[in-house]
Amino acid sequence: MSGGRVVILGATSAMAEALARLYAAEGANLTLVGRRADRLEEIAADLRARGASGAQVVAADLVDASRAAEQLSAWAAGPLEAVHLFYGVLTDQPRAEADLAYAEATLAVNFTSAALWSLAAANLLESQRRGVLVVVGSVAGDRGRQSNYVYGAAKAGLGNLVQGIAHRLGLRGGEARAVLVRPGFVDTPMTDHLEKGGPLWAKPEAVARAIRKAANRKAPVVYVPWFWQIIMLIIRLLPAPIFHKRPL
Amino acid sequence: MRAVHRVARPHWRDELAPAVRAAAGDPGRGLAVGLSRSYGDSGLNPDGALVVMSGLDRVYAFDVETGVVRADAGLSLDALIRLALPRGWFPPVLPGTRFVTLGGAVANDVHGKNHHRAGTFGLHVRRLGLLRTDGTQHELAPGDPLFAATIGGLGLTGVIAWVELQLAPVSGAWLDSEDLIFHSLDAFFPLADDSEEGHAYTVAWLDCAVGGRALGRGVFTRGNPSPDPDRSLHGPPRIVVPFDAPAWLLNPLTVRAHNLARFTAKAMRRGRWRTHYDPFFFPLDAIGSWNRIYGRPGFFQYQCVLPTDAARPGVAELLSQITRSGQGSFLAVLKTFGALDSPGLLSFPMKGATLALDFPNRGSETLALLGRLDDVVREAGGRLYPAKDGRISAAMFEAGYPRLPEFARHVDPGLSSGFWRRVAP
Repeated sequence: MSGGRVVILGATSAMAEALARLYAAEGANLTLVGRRADRLEEIAADLRARGASGAQVVAADLVDASRAAEQLSAWAAGPLEAVHLFYGVLTDQPRAEADLAYAEATLAVNFTSAALWSLAAANLLESQRRGVLVVVGSVAGDRGRQSNYVYGAAKAGLGNLVQGIAHRLGLRGGEARAVLVRPGFVDTPMTDHLEKGGPLWAKPEAVARAIRKAANRKAPVVYVPWFWQIIMLIIRLLPAPIFHKRPL
Repeated sequence: MRAVHRVARPHWRDELAPAVRAAAGDPGRGLAVGLSRSYGDSGLNPDGALVVMSGLDRVYAFDVETGVVRADAGLSLDALIRLALPRGWFPPVLPGTRFVTLGGAVANDVHGKNHHRAGTFGLHVRRLGLLRTDGTQHELAPGDPLFAATIGGLGLTGVIAWVELQLAPVSGAWLDSEDLIFHSLDAFFPLADDSEEGHAYTVAWLDCAVGGRALGRGVFTRGNPSPDPDRSLHGPPRIVVPFDAPAWLLNPLTVRAHNLARFTAKAMRRGRWRTHYDPFFFPLDAIGSWNRIYGRPGFFQYQCVLPTDAARPGVAELLSQITRSGQGSFLAVLKTFGALDSPGLLSFPMKGATLALDFPNRGSETLALLGRLDDVVREAGGRLYPAKDGRISAAMFEAGYPRLPEFARHVDPGLSSGFWRRVAP
């Protein structure tokens, strides 16, 4: 631990909370940002009991990123050790095809606002020449598939942006870095409506452990669990004549 | 055991009351469950609703000066150890697995290897929050009749929302432990008596696959917290059983071979050593989904307690029934309980000796053996542990729990379980 602040955007997600607990056990000082103040307070008290040296709560709607730069530096209140971006909404694909206003709204959450927060964080990290930005993308961003390509497109765009930030910080950010995490299926309340179970589904605690490790390492793109890198490689390499016959 | 349920998984405190209300409105009524490590049907509500509490696992406050922690009922003992040990505190009572929630530990009033010193888990509960299905919320403390009904109350008196627990101070993660071989039951009881004075933890493992003169041979383990200040925490499970093993894997021959190997291994390295709390308290937690080694038919757990006067002849009779049946138990654990009163109306422990066994499920043959064991327990004035039972009769339960009528008055009419429907007076 280098002692700086850890800011978590979308702190009420199950993965974010599992990650925050790991930081708390290390004695970190956390700022939790999300929409529901009551739920953030529930988490913050828990993190303090688990060893966090501080846990501040900020109730904010992150979709509005118009003041991202000033808000982020205010929340950091000093040097930043890490900014973790977790928030996002699972898109209802058939609805997004039929209702373009809905599609626009989910793209605004999953891509536009997330991109702006990432850029604001990159500027801060570059100026302090250390710290890490970790953004949660998705394996859905690796190849457009009929079942979830609106969600996937937002995550693909965001992933591209974060890779670009990683490149930029690598050239002129000193010790600062950016990491894109691509989780596979994660057993969280966000996916409670899906049929779960089997070896492809990971627990948020396991994903959080991998994210915590990724925050300390140099690799700019990390699949969680690791085997998704192989699965997605195969999916990307499938020739279109075969791919288009599969309802993936 | 398996059963079909309508399941709610509240993740936030504000989601609990609506989930409980919806479950209580189910035609099969509702039941709150934790990590589902109970062996029988006290944690099942077949064709009814379940509220899975493990998503509510946050701490309200932890006072590192006094060791008092208040947390949601879904917090596991695994998580509690992780947050308490680095600050020099430890759960006062631990059952054989750390994958138990605070709510489950209260609802079953669990006990551990230190029962003769610390009594049951419920003795260390300072307060608890109970949500009744009529929408009322109760903050209960020792002395309150509903508190006594809720400790060991199998989740039937209301949904336990949070628990405030007094932790025990500890210097580190290690224990000074000692293994001693005993060759008969006659040798076990004096050994247990002598050990209780100077040891915080005692337990014995019995080889149930041998009869005759070796009947009741085993390994006695006793230990004390080590002054070693190292506070290393446990890791995740090292091995996971990925699927149900074939049912024939555990047969009299393999059980006997396993027990002989274990006895010999223990006999060879008997003596004293320093051990980490994880293998000492939770040997089975090292193997994820260990229950699958019993295959699809599963197994029966059987745990009884016999009062002191009847303990020695009673345990001998139970063991001889088992060896005669040829259904060797893979794991047999024998421990003496101390005199500390359990706080719950349905708490299982009483002063005497407890024997825990498991048997691969071979249908009617196994049920017949367990019925014979019931007769021995009842004759001896003992009782069975509801957390491990999926089959006893209402009469057997009533005989073992004299305060059952008093308990029944506190049962929340919106809650039920498979176990309760079988044994309710």
